[in-house]
Amino acid sequence: MSLKSFHLVFLVASVVLALFLAAFGFDQYRQSGSQAALLGAISSALAAVTLVIYGRYFLRKLRHISYL
Amino acid sequence: MEIPYTVKPRPDTGLYNAKVGIWLFLASEVMLFGALFSSYILLRVGAPDGFWPDVATGWPHGLLNIPIGTFNTAVLIASSVTVVMAWAALKAGNFAKFKGFMIFTVLCAFSFLGIKSYEYNEKFTHYVVRMKDGTAVTGHFDHEFLHGFLEKANDRREKKNVELREINAKAKAEGKSEKDLLPHLSNRFLTLDKFSEESTESVKMLVDIPSAFRYPVGTKPVAVEATAKDGEHAEPGGHVEKEIKLADVQSLAAFIPSTATFFAIYFTMTALHGLHVLGGALILGYFAFFGKKMWKEEPERLTNRVEVAGLFWHFVDLVWIFLFPVVYLL
Repeated sequence: MSLKSFHLVFLVASVVLALFLAAFGFDQYRQSGSQAALLGAISSALAAVTLVIYGRYFLRKLRHISYL
Repeated sequence: MEIPYTVKPRPDTGLYNAKVGIWLFLASEVMLFGALFSSYILLRVGAPDGFWPDVATGWPHGLLNIPIGTFNTAVLIASSVTVVMAWAALKAGNFAKFKGFMIFTVLCAFSFLGIKSYEYNEKFTHYVVRMKDGTAVTGHFDHEFLHGFLEKANDRREKKNVELREINAKAKAEGKSEKDLLPHLSNRFLTLDKFSEESTESVKMLVDIPSAFRYPVGTKPVAVEATAKDGEHAEPGGHVEKEIKLADVQSLAAFIPSTATFFAIYFTMTALHGLHVLGGALILGYFAFFGKKMWKEEPERLTNRVEVAGLFWHFVDLVWIFLFPVVYLL
């Protein structure tokens, strides 16, 4: 497995973590009303979207490099 | 002697040797960290009741700083992006771009370690005080109070040290072991003994105010709730100053490995991960600052080396992606 493939695996894990953090933040906000938790949740959701966009860019940029 | 298959793939594996080597190494690393994650789960599942505030015996989860941990996670993710961009720059034949990305990656690594050190220091100076009535508070000692206390204690200790040095010199002359006589000088972790040694009757403490963002929902920090009624500036996540009588205190301990199983496994896992970050940063820094010669002589070999180092770096970052939610959030 090349660095390209491993980077994709890493990106998937990062997106899952960002979504989890967003859910965690929203849950904290719902329970406590903390503005910081809400801000954290929104930032995490935005980070997840950014990582997906970056992933598409990455695949385009390294399309000639092997997955092995 | 020429090292075989550093650039061209080996016919039987279809890969250059270093890539096979790094994956075998990473497999052993998976077993190492896997064992630690398993230990964490077993220790947590087997932790006794008394979740909070009985942090001395229960599982004191929720005491880590989530915003700082999240920022550190973002730093590591950014470093993974730049390390792969550095490799892509070499593939495109652009060494200057590679160097820029690689230096940024190394800076990210050291930022991560710097932030982690700050977090460690925060824990080393954070205390849990268990009272004789069964309640407990957590917090820091008031800086002014602590400074005065330590100064007094250091003076006393210094006098004692002079005496001990004399005894030590005498013992050395008589051929005895120094190790048996040298005192333990650490002042960092305060104990009830240290306070009573200085005849202190009460301590000024900056007691933590519970915050739903930092502490798990449903926890009951009994003693801290009482402090919030005092009309002081008591915001969740902040502190209120309290004078605590030492006669009411049952025990006092810093947030260090010996205080609770949680801190033992937390420091073990994060310190081991930190060592990996440091090792990776040194290797990546070596390629950034000393890779030019190899780039001129064997560009493909350097590109492969960077790929191998990048795989290691991604593994280290992936470990953190799992470690962060496990110890900070769940």
